[in-house]
Amino acid sequence: MPNIRVTVDGVRYDDQVEARNLLVHYLREQLGKVGTPIGCDTSNCGACTVLLDGLSAKSCSVLAVQADGHDITTIEGLAADGRWHPLQRAFHEHHALQCGYCTPGMILAAIDLLRENPDPSDEEIREGLEGNLCRCTGYANIVAAVRAAAAEIRAAAAAPAPRASADPVPSAAAAAPSVEATP
Amino acid sequence: MQVPAHFGYDRATSIDHALRLLARHGDQARVIAGGHSLIPMMKLRLAEPEALIDINGIDELRGITVSGDELLIGALTRHADLLSSAVVGEHFPVLHDAERVIADPVVRNFGTVGGSLCQADPSEDLSAAFVALGATGVIRGAAGSRTVPLREFHLGPYETAVAPDELLVEVRVPIRPGGSSAYTKVERRAGDWAVAAAGAAVWLGPDGAITDAGIGLAAVGAEHFTAPEAEEFLRGRAGDDAALVEAGKIAAQHCDPQADQRGPADYKRHLAGELTTRALRRAVARASGQEA
Ligand SMILES: Cc1cc2nc3c(=O)[nH]c(=O)nc-3n(C[C@H](O)[C@H](O)[C@H](O)COP(=O)(O)OP(=O)(O)OC[C@H]3O[C@@H](n4cnc5c(N)ncnc54)[C@H](O)[C@@H]3O)c2cc1C
Ligand code: FES
Ligand code: FES
Repeated sequence: MPNIRVTVDGVRYDDQVEARNLLVHYLREQLGKVGTPIGCDTSNCGACTVLLDGLSAKSCSVLAVQADGHDITTIEGLAADGRWHPLQRAFHEHHALQCGYCTPGMILAAIDLLRENPDPSDEEIREGLEGNLCRCTGYANIVAAVRAAAAEIRAAAAAPAPRASADPVPSAAAAAPSVEATP
Repeated sequence: MQVPAHFGYDRATSIDHALRLLARHGDQARVIAGGHSLIPMMKLRLAEPEALIDINGIDELRGITVSGDELLIGALTRHADLLSSAVVGEHFPVLHDAERVIADPVVRNFGTVGGSLCQADPSEDLSAAFVALGATGVIRGAAGSRTVPLREFHLGPYETAVAPDELLVEVRVPIRPGGSSAYTKVERRAGDWAVAAAGAAVWLGPDGAITDAGIGLAAVGAEHFTAPEAEEFLRGRAGDDAALVEAGKIAAQHCDPQADQRGPADYKRHLAGELTTRALRRAVARASGQEA
């Protein structure tokens, strides 16, 4: 079985994976990171979205072996120093989720959107999140949450930092053991 | 949870390495680029290759450059890179129009130009855009390189001129002065494949007459994604609205749409005509400086 070395949510892993295993299965079953759900399993719904080297990717359609040498961020790696990421907070405050199944993917896709466009219009937010489907909310509150988080992130970038922010090393990720699969 | 059947996996480090791996496995191997068409097909057992040859690490397959009077697009160029490329937008707005409506931003981070063309889905948008522009594909095999006009690239649904032991390495688009282009698509919902789509490129003479035109149609059963009769009709004509409407009608007559879950055949045929006319209008407006 192929060997992969990946960084997931700030933690390095050196693992053996079956070539046919998808990245989402590796994250959920080998690393126990069940924060990334599987929806359609066919690259349509976006529930399984993670960041691969900072770019949003549908992890049900990427092989785990293809992630070798890359840096992955899941929803579980966003909170830092016990504080939620501004997007997590905004989704909470703006009631941007009901069942929550789409939320991890929605938030990671939104991070990629704000990286490219820190001040998107409502229309641009809707287009930017086109690959992420929500069956519950009707999207209006998701758009409002992304807009609010964007404003907060811009304000934080403009304000002088109170202190250098530490690397986000969430305790859950640090504690998660890497399960060695038998070849 | 869906998982593909077992396969061997090799990571190619160069074009030559990929070709050697392809030769070793024969037609039981498949190249994997973005994987966003191939992996879902493998999950559904619509494809069961014995070996996957991953070309994502081959840097020489990546990149967008201008060389002389051609734009060169590496086969491994991601949709997102084509969409964000200023030089692409400057010369070929049809490619940016098309990219904005291909899948969604997350899929566009992964899906590649070469994967799209080689997948040869009859609804594939870039094929229609590239045939309108008169682009050429560069194919490499053990015996060397050959070029195939994209108008001869698609042999049928999911079938291309690329042999099992070959790689599409690059797409070349001629940069010709005095022209512009546009793409229009109707989809049932955001991020979906086309119900029908049309790309158009026009070149205008000093008097405003159309000296040359290229039209590409997706999802409507147009042979090689082309509409040669409508192109021929436009050549030498003034680019007035009546001519553009007539060209749309001709394109609609000559395509062969099939009814499916995206709509009945006559609706698609109607769209083929209307979208051809709209793409032509926009291309003419852009070429004559009336629209960005
Ligand atoms: C949800 C969703 C929506 C989509 N919507 C659209 C849409 O609206 N319009 C549209 O046009 N497309 C759409 N697509 C397709 C998208 O553009 C894919 O990215 C594309 O079809 C395949 O590109 P890929 O790089 O992922 O190819 P892969 O899946 O890696 O490969 C596809 C095929 O091409 C072969 N191949 C790949 N690269 C090469 C090469 N260099 N040489 C030889 N063979 C090669 C592979 O062996 C395979 O047979 C959609 C895809 C998804 C998942
Ligand atoms: S589960 Fe991956 S896109 Fe739906
Ligand atoms: S909150 Fe239920 S799918 Fe979005």
